[in-house]
Amino acid sequence: MKPASTQPCPEWQAPSPADAGDPGCSPASLAAIDASCRKPILLLFGAGVVWLMIGTVLALLASWKLHEPALLTDHAWLTFGRIRPAHTHAVVYGFAFQAAMGVTLWLVSRLGRTPLWHPGIATCGALFWNLGMVIGTAALLGGESTGIEWLEFPRYVSPILFASYALMGIAGMPALGSRPQRRWFVSQWYLLAAVFWFPWLYSTANILLLFEPVRGAAQATVNWWYGSNLLALWFTPVGLGALYYFVPKRIGQPVHSHALAVIGFGSLALWGGWGGMQHLVGGPIPAWLVTVSIAAGLMLMTSVAANAVNLHQTMAGHFHRLRQDLALRFMVFGGMSFALAGLCGMLMALRSISEITHFTHLTIAHAHHGLYAFFSMVMFGSIYSIAPRLTGCPWPSPRLISLHFWTAAVGLLLYLGVLIPGGIAQGLAMNSPDIPFLEVVRGTIPYLRLRTAAGFVLAASHTVFFVHLAWMTASRVRDRDRPLHDATAHAIPISGGSAP
Amino acid sequence: MKGRRLFFAGILIAFAGSWFGLVYAPQIQLGRLEAVEIAETGEFHPPALPGSARRGREVYRAHGCFYCHSQQVRPPGFGADSARNWGPRRTVARDYLRDQPVLLGTMRTGPDLANAGLRQTNAAWHLLHLYSPALASPGSIMPPFRFLFETRKAGAGRSAGALDLPAELAPPAGCEVIPKPAARDLVDYLLNLKAAAPLPEAR
Ligand code: HEC
Repeated sequence: MKPASTQPCPEWQAPSPADAGDPGCSPASLAAIDASCRKPILLLFGAGVVWLMIGTVLALLASWKLHEPALLTDHAWLTFGRIRPAHTHAVVYGFAFQAAMGVTLWLVSRLGRTPLWHPGIATCGALFWNLGMVIGTAALLGGESTGIEWLEFPRYVSPILFASYALMGIAGMPALGSRPQRRWFVSQWYLLAAVFWFPWLYSTANILLLFEPVRGAAQATVNWWYGSNLLALWFTPVGLGALYYFVPKRIGQPVHSHALAVIGFGSLALWGGWGGMQHLVGGPIPAWLVTVSIAAGLMLMTSVAANAVNLHQTMAGHFHRLRQDLALRFMVFGGMSFALAGLCGMLMALRSISEITHFTHLTIAHAHHGLYAFFSMVMFGSIYSIAPRLTGCPWPSPRLISLHFWTAAVGLLLYLGVLIPGGIAQGLAMNSPDIPFLEVVRGTIPYLRLRTAAGFVLAASHTVFFVHLAWMTASRVRDRDRPLHDATAHAIPISGGSAP
Repeated sequence: MKGRRLFFAGILIAFAGSWFGLVYAPQIQLGRLEAVEIAETGEFHPPALPGSARRGREVYRAHGCFYCHSQQVRPPGFGADSARNWGPRRTVARDYLRDQPVLLGTMRTGPDLANAGLRQTNAAWHLLHLYSPALASPGSIMPPFRFLFETRKAGAGRSAGALDLPAELAPPAGCEVIPKPAARDLVDYLLNLKAAAPLPEAR
């Protein structure tokens, strides 16, 4: 292990290789930070991956039902309209959110050089979050959905989730506030903003939709304001925060340009919150709202472009690292998807395009583009990087990581490669009134079948990940006497040069 | 510490801006809408749903019909909604005043239902369609909702409301398939889905 430098050294200038620990921080204090993170964050990751598996089973079932509607129709709880929200909530609030929270807590305490404050509070928060998830999922399958997309859990669940979030936030608060270096790191901007935006977003939407609901069509505006901002102001900044930490860290390079980073963050903060109304295009709301969201989508391209260029330039000259560094593969895949999904989102908002694509399966494809191909891939990479430091043992098998990556990449490419054209074809057919509706339905079936096939590939990749995490945990439990921070703890997944 | 304050002020203002623009402003514009009396018919629009239809709406929500069916008609010239006979006019904010929650929907795996009650007025068809969509609409991928029905011993004659099923779906001899109350409520709701009253703002 290299001795850590004691010079204060901003992230984007940090020349230290990934393993040297963060600059300006002794290994001992890093060990203390990791020790404080250990229980809550491993719980968040572990439970998150369990929810990912649950969500995957539900996804396969829902996807299969779309082309084989006669499958499992004898019970209300197995009907498509209940399986689908149970799937979205399992993967969004069960997996993606918990992964986001784990990565955020780890990054803020590491970058703030401050251990979690009473980690037991965060562990409690994570436990309560999962309790809320279990209650909410049971309620969805029992038919208690609120009927509001992205907020289907009944209203007695959201206070549980909100309180859990607060508990986790309290534990991270001292780290959030601390700033040992004179400047904040790029990652910290994103994470701080996200941590601050989410509770406002979530509570506003819950109050205005579930507790004191606004009347009529205005509900739809709040609904899509929430749906869009959950992605733009929570998942996106967490994903970018992780990218701006791990990409430079793992290649031992500074972030390419501070100025571009400022532009990327500033334009996300400025325009990110104005999306969502494009989901109501042609609907019963004032047209200016839709126009505002379309314009914001165009402006948001500044952020997408600045971040894409910045991350690409940071990586430039180091792409050969992808052969060796398996966690980095997930990061780079995620970063590229961020740029592409941003571009697609902007295009899909344009009226001439949404006239065709609105109300089609393309919407679903786009949700997976952003939440999976970008966000979840970044989270996988982050978990691969963080977990060994918390468990104190390396990932047992680089081959499995590689297998996870390739199955995920192939599954995603198939998923998007099928459902994007499928959605466009469906939209074009639906807008041709001479084609009978049942003909339109029939036309979507081949795409839906292939989508299920893609789902099976993704399910395989999740299973690999799940098994690997379980294996790692088991081997840690087996030799629990190993000190938490021995040298192997730093071994990040590097394949023996025999990567496919 | 100036930088930090500036940062927090920045993200606060950015968020507050979006809140005012997309949450508060629509409230100002839409919040005061009221039902209006339609001169031609003397009825109020939107009408209050009868109790059974209100219960049916809960069935609709609880079974996630809105994941496959939208309830909004786009204006002529934007998509082919009117050409597909999904409504005589576009839907406007006033149509949704009484809806709790508003179920606009984002997918059209199935047809728009804003005017389902105008297109298909036959309750028996709806019941049969819910029991077996593929029977009522060959090639449909809508899931059957058999659990909203019960199969029970038929009495002397056929009960009112028993489904008229072809041989391959028919229950065992001496039994009949009867819609449960939830299915009847749901169909009442579907029959009440109409967004056709002539509103000045929808012209
Ligand atoms: C998996 C998607 C899906 C779900 C869920 C779904 N439907 Fe459908 N629905 C369709 C499709 C596809 C059609 C067109 C073919 C047909 O008529 O069956 C349709 C047609 C209909 C029609 C006929 C509309 C017309 O004008 O021809 C009605 C009424 C209807 N559905 C009601 C419902 C109700 C009520 C529910 C919930 C209990 C529901 N649907 C759930 C896909 C779905």
